[in-house]
Amino acid sequence: MTLQTREVAWNRGGRLVVDGITLDPRPGSTVGLLGPNGSGKSSLIRLLSGVARPSAGVVMLDERSLTEVPRRDAARAIATVTQHADTTVDVTVRDIVCLGRIPHRGVFGGDRQADAEAVSEALERTGLTAKATESWHRLSGGERQRVHIARALAQRPRELLLDEPTNHLDIRHQLDLLRLITELPVTTVVALHDLNLAAMFCDALLVLKDGRAVAAGPPAEVLSPELITEVYEVDAAVTVDPGTGRPQIAFTI
Amino acid sequence: MTTETATAAPTGGGTRLRFAGVGLAALALLLVSIGAAITLGPADVSLVNVRDILLNHLGGADIPVRVSKEAIVWEDRLPRALVAAACGAGLGLCGLILQSLLRNPLADPYVLGISSGASSGAVVVAILGVGAAGLGIPGGAFIGSLVSFAAVLAIARLAGGGDDKLILAGIAVTQLFSAITSFVIFAFADSDATRGVMFWLLGSLEGVRWNGAALCGIAALAGTLLCLARAHVLDAFAFGDDVAASLGVHVKRERAVLITAAALLTATMVSVAGAVGFVGLVLPHAARFLAGPLHLRLVPVTALIGAIFMVWVDAVSRIAFSPSPLPIGVSTALVGVPVFIAIMYRRRRTL
Repeated sequence: MTLQTREVAWNRGGRLVVDGITLDPRPGSTVGLLGPNGSGKSSLIRLLSGVARPSAGVVMLDERSLTEVPRRDAARAIATVTQHADTTVDVTVRDIVCLGRIPHRGVFGGDRQADAEAVSEALERTGLTAKATESWHRLSGGERQRVHIARALAQRPRELLLDEPTNHLDIRHQLDLLRLITELPVTTVVALHDLNLAAMFCDALLVLKDGRAVAAGPPAEVLSPELITEVYEVDAAVTVDPGTGRPQIAFTI
Repeated sequence: MTTETATAAPTGGGTRLRFAGVGLAALALLLVSIGAAITLGPADVSLVNVRDILLNHLGGADIPVRVSKEAIVWEDRLPRALVAAACGAGLGLCGLILQSLLRNPLADPYVLGISSGASSGAVVVAILGVGAAGLGIPGGAFIGSLVSFAAVLAIARLAGGGDDKLILAGIAVTQLFSAITSFVIFAFADSDATRGVMFWLLGSLEGVRWNGAALCGIAALAGTLLCLARAHVLDAFAFGDDVAASLGVHVKRERAVLITAAALLTATMVSVAGAVGFVGLVLPHAARFLAGPLHLRLVPVTALIGAIFMVWVDAVSRIAFSPSPLPIGVSTALVGVPVFIAIMYRRRRTL
């Protein structure tokens, strides 16, 4: 029981930005979406989140087409962290994390105790408890990403979708953030730019080019010099880290 | 404003009980404000007179009050104060809705040209008689407000979108519809048209009666209830449509409902009081200062301080240059424009 796509395609203004992708993540695993800019990573995430409707194929949530699942039910199962989500409103960290409880509201408001628990747990997991009363506008880029992840966790989802969450973060925060999301007990689909980070943290990879799937499988099987040359048009050497058994990529000029 | 609202300032960590207390205090302050505002003016009326007249009309009492005072309070000042309160609450809520949905702190029905559109629609019905039987002036104002809002959104999108484009589109649309309103009045109104250019472009509460008070009051109450029911939706839009959608909000449907509500509120207020400016801009910001950013608190606070603010602005406009009254839109602009500039200045620092 999970979020899957079957031969899903999206025709966006005459261009097939997603073209026949089938994705079936193992429950609880972390799937990395790789590919150059414009390869369809963000578009696939929008389809998975249900914000956009596929023009062909189907996105399934628990054996139901996502387009038939009520928005609120979908939001209880799937949480999304998009890029560049900013606000002009002067909100605190806690206010934003509380937004994650909106899908759990009943007609007359929510279960206040469950809300409080989910919010404090989300703050705790993301290490933001001490920053709960801080204003959004005072936070660094890394903290803002963590706030959005905390908001997503407060939704108590089974599926977590992240679109390039490590963008603009320094290396320590990139590692912290990926460690955090891979340790979460949810199925995660994360679009990434950095091949080494993807190799280190993901259980499976899906490599996209021009909206199509070029390769899929465990990092050790997918990340070959040939594939990297084909997809990214750069030359690379791939070695295996003796400690972790995961591939390491070095680019050659 | 007075001490009661000033003590409400740091509600960030306040309890529900305390917030309920502040709300009740503000409601009491509104009622006291309406009572006190009624006593102000050239004809001498005391608070005791006001109480007696209200008891006579509402409580079935039979307290002797001079007929002239009775007429001034019951036929003129009371409905006028109620229209002012309803306009303040309604326009404040419109500003709150627009600022949330458009994610722009400068959004307001007047700045975006929605009030001008409503004026034009009202004038076209009132003076040209187009659809006068079927629509009535409020109906014309509603169509005008929807047309102008659609025009603003279309122009902003054509120009590439963004906060500044929206405001520029609002300027263009405001000018266009103000010109249409003026043109229709100058070209087609006969000399005994009671409501002139000044009324429709600046707003005025001269001569409003109970039918206006009832219309505005119902609209303001309905608007408050709708916004309270949709408070979480207004919160969810803080980070844009995609985040709202991922939180389970039916973005298109909620947007349509809330924008229609804002247009209806604006149209109702404009059809009774003309295009009063800047109330919708200023009050949500004042309310955020008192109640924080979450709409479950912002909605009632905006409505209440909007009502209190307008009752006093109207009272001051009425008596400041007595016997000739100042159009209420002049007073609200004098307050609103400095706040507009202050918000632009603050935005410069946060960006």
